[in-house]
Amino acid sequence: MKYWIIIVAALNRKRWRTGLTISSLVVAFLLFGLLRSVAVVFTEDIDLSGDDRLVVASKYSIIDSMPISYLQRIKGIEGVDIVAHQDWFGGTYIDRANFFPKWPVPPKEFLDIYEEYKISPQDEEAFINTRNGMIAGKRLVEKFNWKVGDRIPIIGDIYFLKDGTNLWEFDLVGIFNDLENPANEEQVFLNYKYFDEARDMANGTVGNFIVKLDDKEEGPRIAQEIDTMFANSMDETKTYTEKAYAQMFASQIGDIGLIMNSILAAVFFTILLVTGNTMSQSIRERTSELAVFKTIGFSDITVMLLVFIESLVICLIGAFLGLGITAILMPGLSEMVSLSLGQVALDSSIIISGIGIAVITAFISGFPPALGAMRLKVVDAFRKN
Amino acid sequence: MSEILVDVKNLSKEYKRGGETLVVLKDLNLEIPKEDFLALMGPSGSGKSTLLNLIGGLDTPSSGSVSINGERIDQMNSKQLSNWRASNVGFIFQFYNLLPVLTAQKNIELPLLLTNLSSSQRKQHVETALNIVGLSDRSGHKPSELSGGQQQRVAIARALVSDPDILVCDEPTGDLDRDTATEILNLLKSLNQDHGKTILMVTHDPAAADSAKRSLHLDKGKLAS
Ligand SMILES: Nc1ncnc2c1ncn2[C@@H]1O[C@H](COP(=O)(O)OP(=O)(O)O)[C@@H](O)[C@H]1O
Ligand SMILES: [Mg+2]
Repeated sequence: MKYWIIIVAALNRKRWRTGLTISSLVVAFLLFGLLRSVAVVFTEDIDLSGDDRLVVASKYSIIDSMPISYLQRIKGIEGVDIVAHQDWFGGTYIDRANFFPKWPVPPKEFLDIYEEYKISPQDEEAFINTRNGMIAGKRLVEKFNWKVGDRIPIIGDIYFLKDGTNLWEFDLVGIFNDLENPANEEQVFLNYKYFDEARDMANGTVGNFIVKLDDKEEGPRIAQEIDTMFANSMDETKTYTEKAYAQMFASQIGDIGLIMNSILAAVFFTILLVTGNTMSQSIRERTSELAVFKTIGFSDITVMLLVFIESLVICLIGAFLGLGITAILMPGLSEMVSLSLGQVALDSSIIISGIGIAVITAFISGFPPALGAMRLKVVDAFRKN
Repeated sequence: MSEILVDVKNLSKEYKRGGETLVVLKDLNLEIPKEDFLALMGPSGSGKSTLLNLIGGLDTPSSGSVSINGERIDQMNSKQLSNWRASNVGFIFQFYNLLPVLTAQKNIELPLLLTNLSSSQRKQHVETALNIVGLSDRSGHKPSELSGGQQQRVAIARALVSDPDILVCDEPTGDLDRDTATEILNLLKSLNQDHGKTILMVTHDPAAADSAKRSLHLDKGKLAS
């Protein structure tokens, strides 16, 4: 492409300005890449089938609990394999900054459902048999330099002991790991039985049930059956797939998808103004250069295309750098949010729509100057100087 | 008299400004033979640039005809005119109009981008043009690193590089000191004598007009010698 020299010359004319414009595009596309990757989690359509684990929650609020007696009834439903449950313990280990989730669970059923949490048979046995037992993910164990046999003190904030104090002590009896998603290793599981007997309130209740199905295609039917079973009771339920539950849980914070998309819309509107302004100014300064091109025989259309290509090059450089940096940062981001949202990734659809936005931005911001360049009459351009 | 290169017949050019019509050129006739070097003089605002632009195919007349080498350029559309200019005419302006970020060599190469020449052929043409204007040793310099006279030489080389028959120059020495102006005029003279270029030059400097083979005066839309 022999016209390349002309484009490069145009971009080089005010390097500082070109650099600033590209930088703001890079920031915009970086934001776009990061926010879109996260927003996908909130906005993607969740299919009720295709997930062999269901979460049964209280119908009206994620902080309401349900009686543990539901467990037997859920178990009786055709197609249900295993039922476990979990509670949110809250609590602090030494310092607030040490936060990690702590879940009272029924050890055997829970580990049977979560096969991805790898644990040695001895450790599992110990967890089942130790009243105040606790198992912790490998990462946490390494982070706090724990070892099996340690007694871990947790200051309760939601749950106090029956004697009115709140210093809980758990014995670390085992370590699990999750090779697929090591962020899951940043949590601990406690023996529900002890937790329930020792706490001063809400005894005999659980936060959520986790239901493992024989066949994942049965999800919609079983979810329906569970919710019907407890309709009109004191504690009505709402059953989700695990993924849908995570999405619902996260969106308690607000309509995140909408917020993110609004931010992006604002960012790109600003970018359009910035790029449009840069292009117009830069073309205005080069009126006589454009007139020279026409004088020596470049057609009106060619000159117009040169302006569009210049705009396109600026926008595409910004998009590629911005999305490139997103790709570099993505493993770190995914790591940060994976515990609450699951893995996030820079999907190819995000890259494609990013490039699409770059092309549209280039077209819109390049349109006024390109049209001006096309219409420019040489004699008028030279008359001005 | 040798062959006619530029044949202007009953040429009129008027501009409409608001409700008024400004008649700049009125029923003007002009013939320029091949290998002529014609100086066009006249007071400011008399229409010299207008006539030059009409002959160079940068503007279209209100009425009358402009034929160059037998081609009616007044009847061409904008696209045809662009193509015609690319291969038939070279322009030289008072203010050089070079691209500041490009070297002399790249500035001169620009018109050749419109041709089918290969990159090495283009280089060769550029070298020839640089040679003719005497700037071979400055090919890698940017305009800001060159004097006014040198910049005008680069502009002349750019006008020459596609080997057009006719060069149109609008006050080519208007921004130069006397000595430099003389050098540029000598260069134009040699382009006319040694390279057979037909030159039409607007100037209001009588000394510059002396370099030409003949000169005409334009006043109140009419030509006189
Ligand atoms: N595009 C235009 N619109 C209106 N008036 C114009 C235009 N171009 C030239 N003129 C007028 O035409 C006259 C001749 O201009 P010009 O050819 O530039 O004169 P010269 O080159 O002899 O100084 C001037 O009065 C000028 O104002
Ligand atoms: Mg003039």
